[in-house]
Amino acid sequence: MSSETNKNRTIRFKIKRQDAPDSPSYWDEFDAPCPPGANVISCLLWIAANPTTTTGRQATPVAWDCNCLEEVCGACTMVINGRARQSCSALIDELQKEDPVVTLEPMSKFPVVRDLVVDRSRIFNALTKVKAWVPVDGMHAMGPGPTETPQQQETRYALSRCMSCGCCLEACPQYLIDNEFIGAHAISQARYFNAHATGASLAGNRLDALEGPGGITDCGNAQNCVKVCPKEIPLTESIADIGRQTTVHAIEKFFTGK
Amino acid sequence: MAKNQPRIIVVGGGLAGLAASVRIAEAGLPVDLFSMVPVKRSHSVCAQGGINACNEVARQQGYSEWLHMDETLYGGDFLNHQPPVYEMTHWAPKIIDLMDRMGVPFNRTSEGQRDLRMFGGSLFKRTHFAGATTGQQLLYALDEQTRRYETQGKINKYEFWEFLWPVIDPDTERCVGIVAQDMRSMQVRSFRADAVVMATGGCGVVFGKSTMSVICTGGAASRCYQAGAWLGNPEFVQVHPTAIPGEDKCRLMSESARGEGGRVWVPAVKKDGKWHPHPDAGKHPNQIPQSERWYILEEKYPKYGNLVPRDIATREIFFICQQGFGVGGGRMVYLDVSHLPEQTKHKLDGILEIYEKFTGDNPRQVPMKIFPAVHYSMGGLYTVYTPKPDGKGMVHGDPNNMMTNVTGLYAFGEVNYQYHGATRLGANALLNCIFDGLYCGLGVANYVRDHIKGTRAVDLPPTAFDKAQQQEENKIKRLIESDGQSNPYELHQRLGDEMTDSCTVVREESRMRQAYDVLRELKAQYKNVRLSDTGMWTNQNLSFTRALGDMLIYAEALLAASILRKESRGSHYRPDYPERDDAKFHKTTIAKYDAANDQPILEYEPVPSPLVEPRARTYGKVETGEANATDQQKQPAAAR
Repeated sequence: MSSETNKNRTIRFKIKRQDAPDSPSYWDEFDAPCPPGANVISCLLWIAANPTTTTGRQATPVAWDCNCLEEVCGACTMVINGRARQSCSALIDELQKEDPVVTLEPMSKFPVVRDLVVDRSRIFNALTKVKAWVPVDGMHAMGPGPTETPQQQETRYALSRCMSCGCCLEACPQYLIDNEFIGAHAISQARYFNAHATGASLAGNRLDALEGPGGITDCGNAQNCVKVCPKEIPLTESIADIGRQTTVHAIEKFFTGK
Repeated sequence: MAKNQPRIIVVGGGLAGLAASVRIAEAGLPVDLFSMVPVKRSHSVCAQGGINACNEVARQQGYSEWLHMDETLYGGDFLNHQPPVYEMTHWAPKIIDLMDRMGVPFNRTSEGQRDLRMFGGSLFKRTHFAGATTGQQLLYALDEQTRRYETQGKINKYEFWEFLWPVIDPDTERCVGIVAQDMRSMQVRSFRADAVVMATGGCGVVFGKSTMSVICTGGAASRCYQAGAWLGNPEFVQVHPTAIPGEDKCRLMSESARGEGGRVWVPAVKKDGKWHPHPDAGKHPNQIPQSERWYILEEKYPKYGNLVPRDIATREIFFICQQGFGVGGGRMVYLDVSHLPEQTKHKLDGILEIYEKFTGDNPRQVPMKIFPAVHYSMGGLYTVYTPKPDGKGMVHGDPNNMMTNVTGLYAFGEVNYQYHGATRLGANALLNCIFDGLYCGLGVANYVRDHIKGTRAVDLPPTAFDKAQQQEENKIKRLIESDGQSNPYELHQRLGDEMTDSCTVVREESRMRQAYDVLRELKAQYKNVRLSDTGMWTNQNLSFTRALGDMLIYAEALLAASILRKESRGSHYRPDYPERDDAKFHKTTIAKYDAANDQPILEYEPVPSPLVEPRARTYGKVETGEANATDQQKQPAAAR
């Protein structure tokens, strides 16, 4: 917990900024008061209200994405002291153990919109590619869904908590701003829907999508993804599982000619 | 697509907006869906505990859809309209089945059936859940279906677009579109639609810090109000009993913690049959023996215990702290799950992780420290419906259902004032959002197909659209060019502090009148506001400052309605009028915006009771002995 002695401390923030997608980036530094329990968001809010840099320049407020502030929406992901994470759950007390200065940068794997805001539409497009949905007959009541054991539910629940934040992609050496790799999150979502009795009817389509360029074979097995996932989703298990599924799927296709 | 093909706009991509979008798209009408955030990041993800519905197990113990309705009305202190509540509770089991089919990972029993948990305001297990992140799971299921419909060309998403104004055709007075702004390029433009569904959530940010997300400013509702839509019961705001106060927001600690057996207690000692504040109230909670723990809710409400409705738990926690019983004498009580079996704690992982991440303490071992915080808006845009002649539900597919007073403008989900009356029961919000979308969505489709009189939006002359767009562009120009001295963030802080202090748990007339004066002053200062960013690319400063102006207008209606409702009902507690007054106030507050004088006009409309007669709302409270350590201070506030 935060110590009482730090009540009136001021912390330096070094923030990488960019005015527009095609502008050059630059750094601004701000000093912000950090009461105990402060997180990066509460400091960014203070800076928004008082955007004077350490050199005394009146800057524009720093732009960043955020919404829930409880680490369930995934919006406020940025690179903090070199590591991608949510700025709401990045507590200043914890960051102080790493470095006295807090460094904020936009994620590097997505085009910058402005300052810390990046365009993550590629994440959602990947969900479309793997048909990340259960193909229900429609929005009417037609009785309950398939039953499942508590163990199956546990496995699926762990995967269902992916908030499309992008941490796994930022940490992945194979996922680049200008390549096609689909990324760990989407592979894991394919596993999630293949594990559902009705969702499995699209398993073949999902595996087809993951066999081609940018698919599962692009994974270099660095295993960074699972280390940085804020929801501790077993991403490497998902990659291994989908790896097996694609192999079986390829053999089936070979023998059946379908 | 045919040129005069009707289109529908849905504003807001939370549960209500997504449910409406898929339902309308399925009915064969194209939907344009607007959201300030990628819809998967909407505030619905914050809902934790579960979703209520009668189920076979509960039914065999005596529960029914009727009882679910009755609980909802009793919880809402009978201010809710009964036919919509009847309809919602009777559809609830169907909604659970549908969400189950979409693959929502509901917790399972050993046999593989959907598991259930206890929740506030009920004596039956009737809450379905997915760990402690039920809202997130339900939203994701609808997000997935939306994406599926998008690939089929049935839904068109506009993410990072902010709703600015509803376009109303001056001849027919129907809503025929919206003006919106791209939050990146800052482009302002109008969009045509034959019906507009507002699904824009609550207004917690008016109170500064709340459990709500950053975008829940009530700005969209306020803009509709300024354009002529009425507000219903704006004074009813739920303060959740258990939240973790924080620097940037108050984080929710779900009612499911108590539903699974969590207990609320304060350190205390019993002398002469009366509880007294603990002499060492700051002592580590694990060192306080059972005999020195006062389980306030269990003792005062033997029947419901820790699962009394939220407004009641909130007041008990609030007053016990005012009487000096809080942890360390301060404004916190313990919420304890440390005694629960591991398997039970596991079901709460989602929320226990949040507590641990944000406080550094492990709630599996140490009781959590919590305090009430603003959580939910029962009030919102005023809507109508068509009841069945016997009052048992609404006429299915009727275009009236959940339409505002502006023809063609609907309100679904939290922004809709229906269903919850004076207090919402836990796990009824997710139900209400999905129900509005799926059930009332059909009415929107029917309205557009069969009930529009006159020209389709697409064939109207551009005048009304251009005028509304011009109005919004002028507003932006005024803000950008304003060279006053007021800092919008400081004004917002003052608004939040004032609203929280005057108009949350306890609402004292003199204090509210003082707040009203401050509000008028803040409005004057707002005219003098100065932006620190005047550029036209991803200008968040502009978006926030514009919303602040709308928050001030909404707050005024909320405050005025709170002052004029001289009774206590549900979440609205007036120490000067501590009793419910059905003769004068068993009525809906309707707030209409008087644009000429920039102030609300309040009217009252009786609430019919076709199904259940209002009865006293006591939840079986018994008197307990407690010594008042200090006189109850006049310091009415939630956490801020």
